[in-house]
Amino acid sequence: MDGLAEAIGFKKTRLPLIILCGGLTGACTAFGFQYWASAVYYPYNIGGRPFFSWPAFIPITFELTVLFASFAAVFGMILLNGLPKPYHPVFNSERFAKHATSDGFFLSVETSDPKFDMETTCALLSGLGATHVEAVAQ
Amino acid sequence: MSPHDTNVAALEPSIPLIAPGHTYTTISDKVAGIVVTEPQPKSWKFGILIGAIGVMILNTAVIYLFYKGIGIWGVNIPVGWGWAIINFVWWIGIGHAGTLISAILLLLNQQWRTSINRFAEAMTIFAVMCAGMFPILHLGRPWVFYFILPYPGTLTMWPNFRSPLLWDVFAVSTYATVSLLFWYVGLIPDFATLRDKARNKVGQWAYGFFALGWRGSARHWFRYETASLILAGLATPLVVSVHSIVSLDFSVGIIPGWHTTIFPPYFVAGAIYSGFAMVLTLTIPVRKIYALEDFITQRHLDVMAKVMLATGLIVGYGYIMEAFYAWYSANPYEKFMIYNRMTGPYWPAYWALVLCNIVTPQFLWIHWVRNNPIVLFIISIIVNIGMWLERYVIVVTSLHADFLPSSWGSSVSWRNLRPRKTSSWPRKKSMTRATSRSMRLRLFPWTVSRKRLGSRRPDFL
Repeated sequence: MDGLAEAIGFKKTRLPLIILCGGLTGACTAFGFQYWASAVYYPYNIGGRPFFSWPAFIPITFELTVLFASFAAVFGMILLNGLPKPYHPVFNSERFAKHATSDGFFLSVETSDPKFDMETTCALLSGLGATHVEAVAQ
Repeated sequence: MSPHDTNVAALEPSIPLIAPGHTYTTISDKVAGIVVTEPQPKSWKFGILIGAIGVMILNTAVIYLFYKGIGIWGVNIPVGWGWAIINFVWWIGIGHAGTLISAILLLLNQQWRTSINRFAEAMTIFAVMCAGMFPILHLGRPWVFYFILPYPGTLTMWPNFRSPLLWDVFAVSTYATVSLLFWYVGLIPDFATLRDKARNKVGQWAYGFFALGWRGSARHWFRYETASLILAGLATPLVVSVHSIVSLDFSVGIIPGWHTTIFPPYFVAGAIYSGFAMVLTLTIPVRKIYALEDFITQRHLDVMAKVMLATGLIVGYGYIMEAFYAWYSANPYEKFMIYNRMTGPYWPAYWALVLCNIVTPQFLWIHWVRNNPIVLFIISIIVNIGMWLERYVIVVTSLHADFLPSSWGSSVSWRNLRPRKTSSWPRKKSMTRATSRSMRLRLFPWTVSRKRLGSRRPDFL
């Protein structure tokens, strides 16, 4: 649902920053390594070009930037989401398992919420027009 | 209105990307049903059978290749690049349409991509796997392919980082990895759907494993959307860079016909062109077999045909510019190259390519053609053939006659149709020879001997 995360007050994520760091790491690794291997560790004359022929190092630098940034994006997203998490109490709800990933919308209120109270919360949700309210075992 | 009957099509009434009357429930049931509940149609088994036969032919060919060496393709000097490189470029180009559909169209907010993007991404991954195989098959000693990787070995040497061939290794392996990641990220919520719909324990467990415990929380979706968008932003320049680097494999060489600056954009356009042709080749039968007409509508086919037409025109512009540059450069070798390409021993390949890639897509201007799946399917096959011929023409006609007539030769494959002394094929009985000779004369009359070619001097040299 578009805009749902914003509506519940979740507006920012650190993910772009993580991806930027991943990309920079890739760029530095690739460029630094090519410089070190071609100009420092084993300088080798190829077609009379300078040992530090930096324009020729750009394609690989670019590729590794993208590679590292993509890994950061995928694993950053998975880990920030607390996945993989094979068990979660909401899966105990039969309705959830049947509809959540295809055609339903669910609101889960956890007991750790400071304003949580079994009766008032259930009443509030029903009052807001929920089609079904159920308590899920831990 | 309860959430269960929210009408998706009603969200955008003017754009019938999904046939009317569908809700979230019917879409999930239909799409997931193909995987988990419906029995596979007979045609699925038939398709697998054809695929399996193809794979067995490939295996046989590869075993023979490893046994005999790459001479079986007729590659030699001067034509040192043959089937393998042509196939490599062809396959990698096909892969690019998948990334284009999933990444560039996501950034451009094109809604129609959603029905076909997963499908196209899967095509990308398989195309890249096919592509990756060929450079290794092309190596004379494929078992030491790892020499090209920068690993700390006893030689204490590193590969030549200034070589486009090495860039290619990085580009293609990065591309394969990023495509796989992108595909997997896209699949996580779908795996969760399949997990919840699977009927047996194995399915639940396997889909559950790959779904990573996805439960569709709004926060998760938010990070997920962010990651997808940034991945698309990364994949877009990546796909352009990959085929540009592939073209640099050629254009960094000084061979006339390769050494032109138009190569990177012209290759990228060609890649997208052939890729869309392949998406159509695969989509049209799948849509029919699995009755997905409600989700992959006429509109999708129409849009894909238009993209094919547009990129086909860019490719046509590339061919014209190649010829123009050759003339305008006033370089006798470039001029000879294009003259020889059009009128030399390989002229049928060149003109067949013009027919397939420039003339055929012009039919896509017609609305009726774009909306007829069968005609569209045939055109997509022709374009696939044309794009293969393009790489054939670029690789072979450029190499076979470069600067000095003394280094000219003929090649690759046409000649292999008959046994010959220098070929690694064993000489067969005269029967075979007679047959293949008459075949050569009738079907491939342009095959010329080295001697005739040598005497064929261009007037302007």
